[in-house]
Amino acid sequence: MLEINNLTVEVGGRKVLKDVDLEVETGHTNVLFGPNGAGKSVLLMTLMGFSGYNVVEGEIIFKGEDITSLSVSQRAQMGMGIMTQRPPNLSGVKLHDLLEVIAKDLRDTEELAGSMDMARFFERDLNVGFSGGEIKRSELLQLSAQDPDLLLLDEPESGVDLASIELLGTTINKLLTKDCKCPGERFKYGKSALVITHTGQILDYMGTDRAYILCNGTVMCSGNPREMLNAIKEQGYEECIKCKLMEI
Amino acid sequence: MQTDGDMRKKAEAALRKSASYGEDFDLEDYGIATSDVQYTEDLKELSEEDQRTLLNVGFTPAEENRSGSLIMIDNAITHTSLREKDVVELMSLKDAMKVHDWLKDYAWKLVKPDSDKYTAMSYLQDANGYFIRAPAGKKSKMPIQTCLLIGSKQVSQTVHNIVIVEEGAELDVITGCSARHGIEEGLHLGISEMYVKKGATLNFTMVHNWARQIGVRPRTVVRVEESGTYISNYITLKPVKSVQSYPTVILEGKGAFARLNTIAVAHPGSELDLGSKVIFEAEDSSAEMISRTITTGGVSIARGEMIGNANGAKGHLECHGLVLGEGTQRAIPILEANVEDIELSHEAAVGRIAREQIEYLMARSLSEEDAIGMIVRGFLDVGIEGIPEELKADIDETIEKIGENAI
Repeated sequence: MLEINNLTVEVGGRKVLKDVDLEVETGHTNVLFGPNGAGKSVLLMTLMGFSGYNVVEGEIIFKGEDITSLSVSQRAQMGMGIMTQRPPNLSGVKLHDLLEVIAKDLRDTEELAGSMDMARFFERDLNVGFSGGEIKRSELLQLSAQDPDLLLLDEPESGVDLASIELLGTTINKLLTKDCKCPGERFKYGKSALVITHTGQILDYMGTDRAYILCNGTVMCSGNPREMLNAIKEQGYEECIKCKLMEI
Repeated sequence: MQTDGDMRKKAEAALRKSASYGEDFDLEDYGIATSDVQYTEDLKELSEEDQRTLLNVGFTPAEENRSGSLIMIDNAITHTSLREKDVVELMSLKDAMKVHDWLKDYAWKLVKPDSDKYTAMSYLQDANGYFIRAPAGKKSKMPIQTCLLIGSKQVSQTVHNIVIVEEGAELDVITGCSARHGIEEGLHLGISEMYVKKGATLNFTMVHNWARQIGVRPRTVVRVEESGTYISNYITLKPVKSVQSYPTVILEGKGAFARLNTIAVAHPGSELDLGSKVIFEAEDSSAEMISRTITTGGVSIARGEMIGNANGAKGHLECHGLVLGEGTQRAIPILEANVEDIELSHEAAVGRIAREQIEYLMARSLSEEDAIGMIVRGFLDVGIEGIPEELKADIDETIEKIGENAI
């Protein structure tokens, strides 16, 4: 589904990502761990093609096609979708108006909005005056409406209370697995995702397949998400950096 | 006491007096618009082209959902009809002056004839226009619609309107101003004096749709008495040579309220100098002013002015200007407090659409064009109600073109 080869990215003239290699297979949900400032969000923004994130080396392959030079719209139309941390305010653009344009099935989306307590935001200006939790729910609702094949999720649970984490987690899981009953089915028919998480709380609600650790703009290591999360909790990221240095 | 003769002399002297702002038009370049235009009893008899022109400024020739209609072409009133005779009066100003002797106490009292050459010209020509009055306590269910049309080439049209909403009454007015298809050059001078009395409400929507070589000089003053409400929506989205206006609202009674919304697009070659002034003369009076303008190559100047002369007054002014491609946006907010207990504030911002906003929508699979269109539509949405479907469709089309051209 997604293959990142040797990706080096500059932001504001500064190299933030260096030689990143990473993969998300069809139906897989991979996790991106890393300390603050490691470049995790930069990686997701670069994948979506936002301006200001300049690929100076390497390539991004999505569904077998090199998309490194495609526009944001083209990537979205190919089936990529993102949930960002700090979406901009769009005065006068109503949530429902946007849903009407992007929803593959508006009725489903409206139903989902009801279950997420978001229907009352339909006539609100997008993101204007939304609380942290409301932004997450609105982003997720839009992403569900869009129903992309690859979901880029930037800390879906940050700044959200416990009850809301459950709602977000189960909604994301539903979006990813559709009606698949087991991991085997998920790998065949499910959606793919790359998820950034600090706390790992969101992982309680979804099956994950592989984790990458990103430090100082470079992938340090990859492996089983649970094991890695436990190791990070115990030892922090210092060990990852030391370990990588040993390798060199 | 000042006589008509004195005023005439002053006005004659003012014929050479340039306005404070905007391009200085030479009145002698324009012929005087004719007062002899054929009257139309049944609006269905109007040509398809004329009907389209009317629709695009919010005037529905079928008169659905309207309580009355008046059309002025050049300097002639060519149609008047009224359904809700019990709740509202509508006629030409000249007829009204004949019917109501007291009306002379309202004419040329808010707008001074010698303000500038345009008011002087309108005064000296004894300009006709519409007279609308809602009697005390009366509320019409549907708006009155009026249309002021330039029908001949290279003429100056002079208009004088008076609107009176008596105590406790409510009135909605939609006025569309335009030029007949094929008329590219001309001058429109429009005097409007509006009186909103105690506890009354006037909801006034004005739509302009001119042509590339037309100059427009409206001169409007509104007086609002105790607990009265004046809401103004001004929309101009099509090319025009120059519009310069500075409508002034005087909040004269305790608790009086005004809201002024302006949405405008300055196309290449257009200069829009659109001001609004609110003077707070009474306790606890309040006002909101919202200006949303776009330039796609023209000059847009948004002047907003609030002058606080009474305790407890509150006002907020918002000027937002987008630059799409080329053009100039100038926002000039002015706040003045002349007493202590007053709260006036403003926010002004000019510039391009943030790239981040466009890409946010692009990431939701919209094309760049559609993303800009959606942002522009949102930007111009200040919640104006009661716009007819045809006009909405025309506005959407204009916005779509702006989106296409902005890339």
